Amino acid sequence: MERWFRKMQFNQIISMALRSLQANKVRSFLTMLGVIIGVASVILLVSVGSGLQKYISNQLEGIGSNLILIVPGKLDLKKVSQGGGPTAGLLTSKLTSKDAKDLVSNSSFIKAAAPGTTAQAAIKYGTEKMFSQVVGITANYPEIMNSPLALGEHFTETDDRGGRRVAVIGSEVAKTLFKSDDPLNKKISIGDTKFTVIGVLNSRGLGGASEDHVVIPITVAMRIFNQQKVQVIYAQANNAEQVDQAIAEAKTILLNRLTEDDFTILTQKDILGAVSSILGTLTVALGGIAAISLIVGGIGIMNIMLVSVTERTHEIGLRKALGATPNVILMQFLIEAIVLSAGGGIIGILIGGGGALLLSSVIPSQVTFWAVLLAFSVSFIIGIIFGVMPARKASRMSPIEALRYE
Amino acid sequence: MILSLRNVTKTYCLEGAEVRALDGVSIDIKEGEFVAIVGPSGSGKSTLMHIVGLLDTPTSGKVLLEDKEVTRMSEATLAKLRNEHIGFVFQQFNLLPRVSALENVELPLIYKGVGAGERRQRATKMLEMVGLGERLNNWPNQLSGGQQQRVAIARALILNPLIILADEPTGNLDSKTGKDILDLLHKLNKEGHTVVLVTHDSDVAVSAKRQIKIRDGKVVS
Repeated sequence: MERWFRKMQFNQIISMALRSLQANKVRSFLTMLGVIIGVASVILLVSVGSGLQKYISNQLEGIGSNLILIVPGKLDLKKVSQGGGPTAGLLTSKLTSKDAKDLVSNSSFIKAAAPGTTAQAAIKYGTEKMFSQVVGITANYPEIMNSPLALGEHFTETDDRGGRRVAVIGSEVAKTLFKSDDPLNKKISIGDTKFTVIGVLNSRGLGGASEDHVVIPITVAMRIFNQQKVQVIYAQANNAEQVDQAIAEAKTILLNRLTEDDFTILTQKDILGAVSSILGTLTVALGGIAAISLIVGGIGIMNIMLVSVTERTHEIGLRKALGATPNVILMQFLIEAIVLSAGGGIIGILIGGGGALLLSSVIPSQVTFWAVLLAFSVSFIIGIIFGVMPARKASRMSPIEALRYE
Repeated sequence: MILSLRNVTKTYCLEGAEVRALDGVSIDIKEGEFVAIVGPSGSGKSTLMHIVGLLDTPTSGKVLLEDKEVTRMSEATLAKLRNEHIGFVFQQFNLLPRVSALENVELPLIYKGVGAGERRQRATKMLEMVGLGERLNNWPNQLSGGQQQRVAIARALILNPLIILADEPTGNLDSKTGKDILDLLHKLNKEGHTVVLVTHDSDVAVSAKRQIKIRDGKVVS
């Protein structure tokens, strides 16, 4: 009999709780606001974080898993992902174009290698001007990076050897300088030197050339920017399985001329891991800050519930006189708190998720199921934790004193 | 015997001093009686009413409801007993202000666990019985004092309690309406309900068949 009795009552208690919250809609909404904002920001931040992680993984994976990066100086990626920085070696590179050639000729596991330089310069077309990164690279770059051009062609080995002043521009550069005009065969100035545009890079691309870069033959770059050393060497292993062997051989070859501290060999996996890890840490940190606001929201709920309990002392006394047991009173007020927090959680999820979806045209963002579930569960639990105290206060009131309260 | 108090004493600790609100009170209330508990302010009649209404437990002594001892029962059990056996009528009506007369009368039924359909039916009947069939959906602030008290009486009767316990039921009403309410209580008594009326007003008390006079925590007659 007891369980049937309690089940009947439970629905009633829920509707009584909802009635009370409805009676003061403004107050209920304002109380929910803390949780709404907290949950919305957590969902938004986590969605953007997840989205970015996924986007970058996709980008890097597209390039090819047999890619090896050789950078100057000692770079400990683990340190980088924990917040440390690359050593000063990056600025004083000892790598040369010849090193790239040596890698190919002396290793049976390395199919191709492309040395690269980078510099900043002003790019001009007619009256349009922008500052951009100018990457000097060899003709085999698109092949190594597995990234074909969107328009036109890349320069050839002949162009490279002959020092021809041709350039391949990034899609953003094309948009800024040429607007909707066809950039092919037009002349641009890089610094003080005139170049002919022969190609436009694909939007996707990473590791040296991307949308807002300009790519020119490395011989020309080294000449006009007065560089003797290269900042990076891209090397391509024969296939993904031979990457480790390729790395081992590359190390041996380079150590012939350089010391251990002069270079670092990285795989795409290393970079992916570091980026993922940094993003992951960032997401968690930002999420944590947003979570703190959830606690503040919970405190707000507890505060309002305490006020509500005091305001309704007389009503509580009456209900007790008419037959409400302490547990029934506890349940009613606890449910009110839970409705406020879980309701706020749902609204927050909708706002945060909606915001993430809206943002997805600008920043990659992905609303993950587990994030939503976690956010809802936490908001529910917040209701319980912060609602228990006021609810117990109400349930413990003596009916006589409550009835006497004015 | 519907309700008995045997040698009931109730003491409070007020600012370090012991206050004896009730001192060795014994009373018996039979089924179908109309009893008035009379006493001046501070006599202990409120405390006595609380104990009769199972809202409070004595410091010593026994309380028996239908000859079964309820003295040391938990608040949860007492709440259940109140729900089923005691019908309260208060001086200030004590209706929930933001729900209708009908929903007010339904409240004890909710705590008893009665389903929505049956609740509506029973509450409607009860309100019709006290002459408020036209006012089912009005809020208390849309009703006169007398009407509100009648809603309270309907609420008190809804679970067919053993005792109707009325605490100064006419205190907030003008003399004519007060008399109407009193007449209603007498009518209910004639129909078989046991009524315990608590008052300081001897004019009201005199209409009861029996008076229990209380002074300084002791029954004096």
